[in-house]
Amino acid sequence: MTERRRMYRICVYLIGLVALATSLFVPTLGAQQYDYIDISNPFLKKIPIAIPPLKAATGNPGEDALAGSVADQLSKSLAFTAYFKMLDPDAFLIDQNSDWTAGGVNFKNWTAIGAELLVTGSIKHQESMIEVELRLYDTFKERMVIGKRYKGWADDQRRIVHRFCSEVIYILTGEQGLFESKIAFESKQKGKKEIFTCDFDGYRPTQFTKNNTINLSPAWSSDGQYLAYTSYVRGKPDLYIKNVKEKRGTVIAKKGINTTPAWVPGSFSLAATLSFEGDPEIYLLTGTGKIIKKLTNNYGIDVSPTWSPDGKKMAFVSNRSGSPQIYVKDVATGQVKRLTYDGKYNTSPSWSPKGDRLAYSGMHDGVFDIFVIRAEGSGLFQLTENTGDNESPSWSPDASLIVFSSTRLGLSRIYVMTAFGTDQRLLLAIPGEQTNPDWSRGVINK
Amino acid sequence: MHKKLWLCLALLLVIPGLLFTTSCAKKTVKSEPATKEDAAKKAEVEAARQAELERQRKLQEERLKAERVKSGGGGGAGRAQFEKENIYFEFDRSNLKMDAQDVLKQKAAFLKANPNSNAIIQGHCDERGTNEYNLALGDRRANSAKKFLENLGIAGSRIKTVSFGEERPLNTGKGDAAWAKNRNCQFRLQ
Repeated sequence: MTERRRMYRICVYLIGLVALATSLFVPTLGAQQYDYIDISNPFLKKIPIAIPPLKAATGNPGEDALAGSVADQLSKSLAFTAYFKMLDPDAFLIDQNSDWTAGGVNFKNWTAIGAELLVTGSIKHQESMIEVELRLYDTFKERMVIGKRYKGWADDQRRIVHRFCSEVIYILTGEQGLFESKIAFESKQKGKKEIFTCDFDGYRPTQFTKNNTINLSPAWSSDGQYLAYTSYVRGKPDLYIKNVKEKRGTVIAKKGINTTPAWVPGSFSLAATLSFEGDPEIYLLTGTGKIIKKLTNNYGIDVSPTWSPDGKKMAFVSNRSGSPQIYVKDVATGQVKRLTYDGKYNTSPSWSPKGDRLAYSGMHDGVFDIFVIRAEGSGLFQLTENTGDNESPSWSPDASLIVFSSTRLGLSRIYVMTAFGTDQRLLLAIPGEQTNPDWSRGVINK
Repeated sequence: MHKKLWLCLALLLVIPGLLFTTSCAKKTVKSEPATKEDAAKKAEVEAARQAELERQRKLQEERLKAERVKSGGGGGAGRAQFEKENIYFEFDRSNLKMDAQDVLKQKAAFLKANPNSNAIIQGHCDERGTNEYNLALGDRRANSAKKFLENLGIAGSRIKTVSFGEERPLNTGKGDAAWAKNRNCQFRLQ
């Protein structure tokens, strides 16, 4: 009898163990299964989320510090999306004795403080390797939504955190790409303007051009492998297309200006403004600088192209009606339609990766503000107000956030806000003045 | 009686005679030749006179030069003038106003008189508005000026244009006065 009972117990344990193991490696559930996010304004009702410190798995030296820092990075990265309300760790009711990171969560402790989502985990630090286990729980439904285990070098913590955050956002919104994206921008100091890049959240600003002259208009290629930009290295505005890792590339150095590059989504080709024929017009070029065709044909200024995500339409700035306005060209039919009628000076269009809207910068009463308008021309919405000059908007790859430049603090700085204009905050501040940010698409190889 | 008559006659003759001799004697008194000191003084005066003449001559030359410059003559003053004088534009415009056209006419005259000189026209904008749009606007301004010069007979191959947009403002201040100065074309000689 005891033998049978023992066998029975062992079986139960084994099944339990297998169940536990498989639950850790279950592929992510289908997108948007959880309807927390209100599509009409996802940022109005922020989801309360609790992220207590990770559990130090073995007690090796430095593990505690790592446990704290990983939880902190998780918290900051998720807060950046503006979907969440981060609950104050001081309010957490944690039973230090219970192993709540290994499936024994007391959900009442979390719903009691208002948390709807909970992230727990543990971290093991051995030599220079770390092993991180992270789980996302729905506290009201009392179940685990995501369970992942990651292995890597200790230096990879940020990358691991971002992988997990990507999973979280994918489950909640069906969107991807934010956490692996990067932002390029201009920074001016002492009359010189160089191109810099940084992570999506403003971390790790890195100088990309180092030629001690004026560099403008950075634009990421769709795969993030190339940066196109205008540079005065040869004394005039030439267009450079450089491979980000290998720094090799092409120059388009025609007579006149060679500027405002805009990559065609999913293609190694770009639109750019060239004035070698005597007038600034927009041309379609290959990634190696060969002209494919001329896209605008209008005596006057045609500049600042931006593509719809399907590459079929191009919005651009033209002063053909007397002052700068935004127009949309259907590439197949050649038809050009005016998009902006409000205000006398509308520039800097940026097409949302979702394709439904464009952001742009419009001047009124002598100041610039960011506006959003539907691609058909309706639904004009002002996102900034009474905050200096706000220019050069660029969408995040999941179309949830907009990065732009603002002079609200005096010097021009890079700011980020949600696509609805909420949660406007400083992205980063380095010496000098920062302008003209461009948000890359999706995954960037770091 | 006769004695008195002769006496009067004599007197009549003698007194004028005396007078005559004395005045004559006065007339014939000559100045003595100058001493060494006087000679130096004289040389000084002469030198001053020559210097004054030289100064007058130089002034005249300057005046002539100025005349030539006005009509587009060469020389250092002409080059400086060419590179110093800018033309200005209204906000968001690249058309040439009357005073801009006058300045360009002078520049054309200079280039005509100096067939070995080539020009670079820079297009600039004030800081308002998008950098990218302003780069194109500066390009339009420079080309506007270039076309005008071409119409006056200067070969297009002698003129290069460069736009700096709002990147290199002459005046880094804010406000209408500063901005007006920055909406310009500047000229350089190669």
